[in-house]
Amino acid sequence: MSHPQEIAWYPFIGPCDPCPPITCKTYSTPPHLFMPFQPLNLPQFSPRDALMHGTLWPALYSPYESKWGKGR
Amino acid sequence: MSTPENTVCDPQYYELLEKLQALDFVLVELNLFLDTHPDDLQSIQQFNILTRERTQLAEHFQRLYGPLQNFGRAYSKFPWQWSESPWPWQV
Amino acid sequence: MWVYEKKLQYPVRVSKCDPRMAKYLLEQYGGADGELSAALRYLNQRYTIPDKVIGLLNDIGTEEFAHLEMIATMIYKLTKDATVEQMDAQGLGEYYVAHDHALFYQNAAGVPWTAAYIQAKGDPIADLYEDIAAEEKARATYQWLIDMTDDVDLQDGLKFLREREIIHSLRFREAVEILKDERDKKTFF
Repeated sequence: MSHPQEIAWYPFIGPCDPCPPITCKTYSTPPHLFMPFQPLNLPQFSPRDALMHGTLWPALYSPYESKWGKGR
Repeated sequence: MSTPENTVCDPQYYELLEKLQALDFVLVELNLFLDTHPDDLQSIQQFNILTRERTQLAEHFQRLYGPLQNFGRAYSKFPWQWSESPWPWQV
Repeated sequence: MWVYEKKLQYPVRVSKCDPRMAKYLLEQYGGADGELSAALRYLNQRYTIPDKVIGLLNDIGTEEFAHLEMIATMIYKLTKDATVEQMDAQGLGEYYVAHDHALFYQNAAGVPWTAAYIQAKGDPIADLYEDIAAEEKARATYQWLIDMTDDVDLQDGLKFLREREIIHSLRFREAVEILKDERDKKTFF
Protein backbone atom coordinates (compact mmCIF):
# COMPACT_ATOMS: atom_id res chain seq x y z
CA MET A 1 0.00 0.00 0.00
CA SER A 2 2.47 2.59 -1.12
CA HIS A 3 1.13 6.05 -1.77
CA PRO A 4 2.36 8.43 -4.48
CA GLN A 5 4.77 11.18 -3.39
CA GLU A 6 3.41 13.34 -6.16
CA ILE A 7 0.06 13.60 -7.92
CA ALA A 8 -0.36 14.82 -11.47
CA TRP A 9 -3.22 16.83 -12.90
CA TYR A 10 -3.99 18.15 -16.35
CA PRO A 11 -5.18 21.76 -16.45
CA PHE A 12 -7.51 23.12 -19.09
CA ILE A 13 -5.45 24.67 -21.87
CA GLY A 14 -6.99 27.91 -23.14
CA PRO A 15 -6.40 29.08 -26.70
CA CYS A 16 -5.38 32.60 -25.63
CA ASP A 17 -2.58 31.82 -23.11
CA PRO A 18 0.74 33.32 -24.25
CA CYS A 19 3.15 31.09 -22.28
CA PRO A 20 3.70 27.66 -23.86
CA PRO A 21 1.23 25.44 -21.99
CA ILE A 22 2.39 23.02 -19.34
CA THR A 23 -0.02 20.18 -19.95
CA CYS A 24 0.81 18.18 -16.83
CA LYS A 25 1.07 19.78 -13.41
CA THR A 26 2.07 18.06 -10.18
CA TYR A 27 1.88 18.64 -6.45
CA SER A 28 3.60 16.97 -3.52
CA THR A 29 1.75 14.38 -1.45
CA PRO A 30 4.28 13.45 1.26
CA PRO A 31 3.76 10.22 3.21
CA HIS A 32 2.49 11.85 6.41
CA LEU A 33 -0.75 12.68 4.56
CA PHE A 34 -1.49 8.95 4.56
CA MET A 35 -0.54 8.36 8.18
CA PRO A 36 -3.05 9.90 10.61
CA PHE A 37 -1.14 8.56 13.64
CA GLN A 38 2.29 7.00 13.37
CA PRO A 39 2.23 3.27 14.25
CA LEU A 40 4.79 1.83 16.67
CA ASN A 41 7.94 0.00 15.59
CA LEU A 42 8.36 1.36 12.08
CA PRO A 43 11.72 0.36 10.53
CA GLN A 44 14.43 2.95 11.14
CA PHE A 45 17.37 4.47 9.27
CA SER A 46 20.83 4.26 10.82
CA PRO A 47 21.67 7.48 12.72
CA ARG A 48 23.73 8.86 9.84
CA ASP A 49 21.11 8.03 7.23
CA ALA A 50 18.42 9.48 9.48
CA LEU A 51 20.31 12.78 9.63
CA MET A 52 20.85 12.77 5.87
CA HIS A 53 17.17 12.06 5.16
CA GLY A 54 15.79 14.42 7.78
CA THR A 55 13.77 11.67 9.44
CA LEU A 56 14.38 8.49 11.42
CA TRP A 57 11.77 6.51 9.49
CA PRO A 58 12.01 5.55 5.80
CA ALA A 59 8.21 5.37 5.69
CA LEU A 60 8.09 9.14 6.30
CA TYR A 61 10.85 10.13 3.92
CA SER A 62 9.76 12.39 1.10
CA PRO A 63 12.22 13.10 -1.71
CA TYR A 64 12.01 16.39 -3.59
CA GLU A 65 14.01 17.35 -6.66
CA SER A 66 14.74 20.88 -7.83
CA LYS A 67 12.91 22.09 -10.92
CA TRP A 68 15.83 24.38 -11.73
CA GLY A 69 17.14 23.95 -15.27
CA LYS A 70 14.42 21.49 -16.20
CA GLY A 71 12.16 23.87 -18.12
CA ARG A 72 9.68 23.89 -15.24
CA MET B 1 43.78 39.55 17.61
CA SER B 2 45.03 36.01 17.70
CA THR B 3 44.88 33.93 14.56
CA PRO B 4 42.18 31.26 14.54
CA GLU B 5 43.44 27.84 15.50
CA ASN B 6 43.04 25.63 12.52
CA THR B 7 43.17 22.52 14.65
CA VAL B 8 39.49 23.18 15.15
CA CYS B 9 38.64 22.58 11.53
CA ASP B 10 40.68 19.44 10.90
CA PRO B 11 38.91 16.58 9.08
CA GLN B 12 38.36 14.74 12.36
CA TYR B 13 36.44 17.74 13.67
CA TYR B 14 33.87 17.46 10.89
CA GLU B 15 33.71 13.70 11.21
CA LEU B 16 33.08 13.74 14.96
CA LEU B 17 30.69 16.66 14.68
CA GLU B 18 28.61 14.83 12.11
CA LYS B 19 28.53 11.70 14.27
CA LEU B 20 27.21 13.79 17.14
CA GLN B 21 24.71 15.54 14.87
CA ALA B 22 23.47 12.13 13.72
CA LEU B 23 23.02 10.78 17.25
CA ASP B 24 21.40 13.98 18.43
CA PHE B 25 19.10 13.94 15.45
CA VAL B 26 17.82 10.46 16.30
CA LEU B 27 17.24 11.69 19.84
CA VAL B 28 15.21 14.66 18.56
CA GLU B 29 13.11 12.34 16.41
CA LEU B 30 12.51 9.90 19.26
CA ASN B 31 11.74 12.78 21.61
CA LEU B 32 9.04 14.24 19.35
CA PHE B 33 7.68 10.74 18.70
CA LEU B 34 7.48 10.02 22.42
CA ASP B 35 5.69 13.33 23.00
CA THR B 36 2.74 11.81 21.14
CA HIS B 37 3.47 8.12 22.00
CA PRO B 38 4.35 8.30 25.72
CA ASP B 39 3.57 4.61 26.32
CA ASP B 40 6.01 3.16 23.80
CA LEU B 41 8.43 1.34 26.09
CA GLN B 42 10.69 0.22 23.26
CA SER B 43 11.25 3.79 22.04
CA ILE B 44 11.94 4.92 25.60
CA GLN B 45 14.57 2.20 25.94
CA GLN B 46 16.15 3.23 22.64
CA PHE B 47 16.07 6.85 23.76
CA ASN B 48 17.84 6.02 27.01
CA ILE B 49 20.51 3.90 25.33
CA LEU B 50 21.23 6.62 22.77
CA THR B 51 21.29 9.26 25.49
CA ARG B 52 24.13 7.38 27.18
CA GLU B 53 25.96 6.99 23.88
CA ARG B 54 25.47 10.68 23.12
CA THR B 55 26.80 11.73 26.51
CA GLN B 56 30.01 9.77 25.92
CA LEU B 57 30.51 11.10 22.41
CA ALA B 58 29.83 14.68 23.51
CA GLU B 59 32.39 14.35 26.31
CA HIS B 60 34.97 13.10 23.84
CA PHE B 61 34.18 15.92 21.41
CA GLN B 62 34.40 18.56 24.11
CA ARG B 63 37.77 17.29 25.32
CA LEU B 64 39.11 17.84 21.80
CA TYR B 65 37.28 20.94 20.62
CA GLY B 66 35.94 22.77 23.65
CA PRO B 67 32.54 23.10 25.29
CA LEU B 68 29.29 22.47 23.45
CA GLN B 69 27.18 24.09 26.16
CA ASN B 70 27.68 26.97 28.54
CA PHE B 71 26.11 27.98 31.88
CA GLY B 72 27.73 25.13 33.75
CA ARG B 73 27.01 22.23 31.42
CA ALA B 74 30.67 21.78 30.45
CA TYR B 75 34.07 22.41 32.05
CA SER B 76 36.50 25.01 30.75
CA LYS B 77 40.25 25.07 30.37
CA PHE B 78 42.24 28.31 30.76
CA PRO B 79 41.63 30.80 29.22
CA TRP B 80 37.82 30.76 29.11
CA GLN B 81 36.95 28.48 26.21
CA TRP B 82 33.27 29.11 25.67
CA SER B 83 33.58 32.41 23.81
CA GLU B 84 36.35 31.20 21.51
CA SER B 85 35.70 30.92 17.79
CA PRO B 86 34.57 29.21 15.74
CA TRP B 87 30.83 29.51 16.16
CA PRO B 88 28.56 27.05 14.37
CA TRP B 89 27.82 29.29 11.40
CA GLN B 90 31.53 29.88 10.80
CA VAL B 91 32.80 26.34 10.29
CA MET C 1 15.23 28.51 30.32
CA TRP C 2 17.22 27.58 27.26
CA VAL C 3 20.83 26.50 27.07
CA TYR C 4 22.64 27.13 23.80
CA GLU C 5 24.41 24.27 22.10
CA LYS C 6 27.41 25.32 20.06
CA LYS C 7 26.65 23.26 16.97
CA LEU C 8 24.15 23.22 14.10
CA GLN C 9 21.43 20.58 13.95
CA TYR C 10 22.57 19.67 10.43
CA PRO C 11 25.85 20.29 8.57
CA VAL C 12 25.00 23.32 6.41
CA ARG C 13 27.03 23.75 3.23
CA VAL C 14 26.75 26.14 0.32
CA SER C 15 28.97 25.84 -2.75
CA LYS C 16 29.10 29.41 -4.02
CA CYS C 17 28.77 33.05 -3.09
CA ASP C 18 25.15 33.74 -4.08
CA PRO C 19 23.43 36.87 -2.72
CA ARG C 20 20.43 36.17 -4.96
CA MET C 21 19.59 32.97 -3.07
CA ALA C 22 20.35 34.68 0.25
CA LYS C 23 17.63 37.19 -0.57
CA TYR C 24 15.12 34.43 -1.32
CA LEU C 25 16.06 32.55 1.86
CA LEU C 26 14.98 35.58 3.88
CA GLU C 27 11.45 34.28 3.28
CA GLN C 28 12.20 31.46 5.73
CA TYR C 29 14.08 33.77 8.10
CA GLY C 30 11.66 36.64 8.66
CA GLY C 31 8.70 35.63 6.49
CA ALA C 32 5.15 34.74 7.52
CA ASP C 33 5.72 30.99 7.36
CA GLY C 34 9.40 31.14 8.28
CA GLU C 35 11.31 29.62 11.13
CA LEU C 36 11.12 32.68 13.40
CA SER C 37 7.35 32.73 13.09
CA ALA C 38 7.22 28.99 13.76
CA ALA C 39 9.39 29.09 16.87
CA LEU C 40 7.58 32.05 18.40
CA ARG C 41 4.14 30.70 17.48
CA TYR C 42 4.57 27.32 19.18
CA LEU C 43 6.47 28.53 22.21
CA ASN C 44 3.80 31.15 22.79
CA GLN C 45 0.83 28.83 22.29
CA ARG C 46 2.22 26.26 24.72
CA TYR C 47 1.18 28.23 27.81
CA THR C 48 -2.52 27.68 27.25
CA ILE C 49 -2.65 24.42 25.29
CA PRO C 50 -3.88 21.32 27.20
CA ASP C 51 -1.15 19.67 29.26
CA LYS C 52 -1.09 16.54 27.11
CA VAL C 53 0.44 18.43 24.17
CA ILE C 54 2.50 21.15 25.88
CA GLY C 55 5.64 19.03 25.59
CA LEU C 56 5.20 18.68 21.85
CA LEU C 57 4.79 22.43 21.26
CA ASN C 58 7.72 23.11 23.55
CA ASP C 59 9.99 20.69 21.72
CA ILE C 60 9.00 21.55 18.16
CA GLY C 61 9.29 25.25 19.04
CA THR C 62 12.78 24.62 20.30
CA GLU C 63 13.75 22.68 17.18
CA GLU C 64 12.52 25.61 15.08
CA PHE C 65 15.21 27.80 16.63
CA ALA C 66 17.77 25.27 15.41
CA HIS C 67 16.26 25.64 11.93
CA LEU C 68 16.35 29.43 12.20
CA GLU C 69 20.05 29.12 12.92
CA MET C 70 20.50 26.89 9.86
CA ILE C 71 18.77 29.44 7.62
CA ALA C 72 20.85 32.22 9.15
CA THR C 73 23.97 30.18 8.46
CA MET C 74 22.96 29.73 4.82
CA ILE C 75 22.30 33.47 4.38
CA TYR C 76 25.52 34.32 6.17
CA LYS C 77 27.61 31.99 4.02
CA LEU C 78 25.90 32.98 0.75
CA THR C 79 26.67 36.68 1.31
CA LYS C 80 29.89 36.52 3.31
CA ASP C 81 32.58 38.47 1.46
CA ALA C 82 30.18 39.39 -1.35
CA THR C 83 31.17 42.76 -2.78
CA VAL C 84 28.81 45.73 -2.84
CA GLU C 85 28.60 45.29 -6.61
CA GLN C 86 27.53 41.67 -6.20
CA MET C 87 24.98 42.57 -3.54
CA ASP C 88 23.57 45.31 -5.74
CA ALA C 89 23.54 43.29 -8.96
CA GLN C 90 21.77 40.39 -7.28
CA GLY C 91 18.90 42.31 -5.77
CA LEU C 92 20.30 43.16 -2.35
CA GLY C 93 21.11 46.83 -3.02
CA GLU C 94 18.20 48.14 -0.94
CA TYR C 95 19.02 45.60 1.72
CA TYR C 96 22.66 46.63 1.79
CA VAL C 97 21.96 50.33 2.32
CA ALA C 98 19.94 49.49 5.41
CA HIS C 99 21.87 46.52 6.81
CA ASP C 100 25.25 46.04 5.12
CA HIS C 101 25.85 42.27 5.47
CA ALA C 102 23.89 42.01 8.71
CA LEU C 103 20.92 39.68 9.01
CA PHE C 104 17.51 41.25 9.41
CA TYR C 105 14.12 39.71 10.11
CA GLN C 106 12.33 40.47 6.88
CA ASN C 107 10.88 38.37 4.08
CA ALA C 108 12.28 38.01 0.57
CA ALA C 109 10.35 41.09 -0.56
CA GLY C 110 11.74 43.24 2.25
CA VAL C 111 8.69 43.29 4.53
CA PRO C 112 9.82 43.27 8.17
CA TRP C 113 8.66 40.45 10.43
CA THR C 114 5.48 41.15 12.36
CA ALA C 115 3.64 39.40 15.17
CA ALA C 116 0.56 39.55 12.94
CA TYR C 117 2.02 36.47 11.22
CA ILE C 118 1.32 34.29 14.25
CA GLN C 119 -1.82 33.60 16.19
CA ALA C 120 -2.66 32.32 19.65
CA LYS C 121 -6.39 31.83 19.69
CA GLY C 122 -6.56 29.94 22.95
CA ASP C 123 -8.75 27.29 21.34
CA PRO C 124 -6.50 24.22 21.14
CA ILE C 125 -7.98 22.88 17.91
CA ALA C 126 -7.77 26.28 16.21
CA ASP C 127 -4.17 26.69 17.36
CA LEU C 128 -3.09 23.22 16.26
CA TYR C 129 -4.78 23.61 12.88
CA GLU C 130 -2.86 26.84 12.40
CA ASP C 131 0.33 24.98 13.30
CA ILE C 132 -0.40 22.23 10.79
CA ALA C 133 -1.10 24.81 8.08
CA ALA C 134 2.11 26.66 8.97
CA GLU C 135 4.15 23.48 8.56
CA GLU C 136 2.61 22.73 5.17
CA LYS C 137 3.17 26.31 3.99
CA ALA C 138 6.77 26.15 5.14
CA ARG C 139 7.17 22.82 3.32
CA ALA C 140 5.87 24.45 0.14
CA THR C 141 8.23 27.42 0.59
CA TYR C 142 11.16 25.02 0.90
CA GLN C 143 10.07 23.34 -2.33
CA TRP C 144 10.05 26.62 -4.22
CA LEU C 145 13.40 27.57 -2.69
CA ILE C 146 14.90 24.24 -3.78
CA ASP C 147 13.49 24.96 -7.26
CA MET C 148 15.31 28.31 -7.39
CA THR C 149 18.86 26.98 -7.06
CA ASP C 150 21.22 24.55 -8.79
CA ASP C 151 23.56 24.51 -5.78
CA VAL C 152 23.30 20.89 -4.62
CA ASP C 153 24.89 21.65 -1.25
CA LEU C 154 22.31 24.33 -0.54
CA GLN C 155 19.55 22.06 -1.86
CA ASP C 156 20.73 19.40 0.58
CA GLY C 157 20.19 21.57 3.65
CA LEU C 158 16.84 22.80 2.31
CA LYS C 159 15.69 19.23 1.70
CA PHE C 160 16.48 18.39 5.31
CA LEU C 161 14.39 21.35 6.47
CA ARG C 162 11.53 20.40 4.14
CA GLU C 163 11.46 16.89 5.62
CA ARG C 164 11.32 18.32 9.14
CA GLU C 165 8.17 20.24 8.22
CA ILE C 166 6.59 16.92 7.26
CA ILE C 167 7.45 15.31 10.59
CA HIS C 168 6.23 18.34 12.54
CA SER C 169 2.97 18.38 10.60
CA LEU C 170 2.44 14.71 11.45
CA ARG C 171 3.11 15.34 15.15
CA PHE C 172 0.65 18.25 15.25
CA ARG C 173 -1.99 16.10 13.60
CA GLU C 174 -1.30 13.41 16.20
CA ALA C 175 -1.77 16.09 18.85
CA VAL C 176 -5.23 16.82 17.43
CA GLU C 177 -6.04 13.09 17.65
CA ILE C 178 -4.85 13.04 21.25
CA LEU C 179 -7.13 15.97 22.11
CA LYS C 180 -10.09 14.30 20.36
CA ASP C 181 -9.68 11.23 22.55
CA GLU C 182 -11.90 11.73 25.57
CA ARG C 183 -11.26 8.52 27.39
CA ASP C 184 -8.58 10.40 29.14
CA LYS C 185 -8.22 10.75 32.81
CA LYS C 186 -9.78 12.87 35.42
CA THR C 187 -7.03 15.44 35.42
CA PHE C 188 -9.29 17.54 37.64
CA PHE C 189 -10.09 16.41 41.16
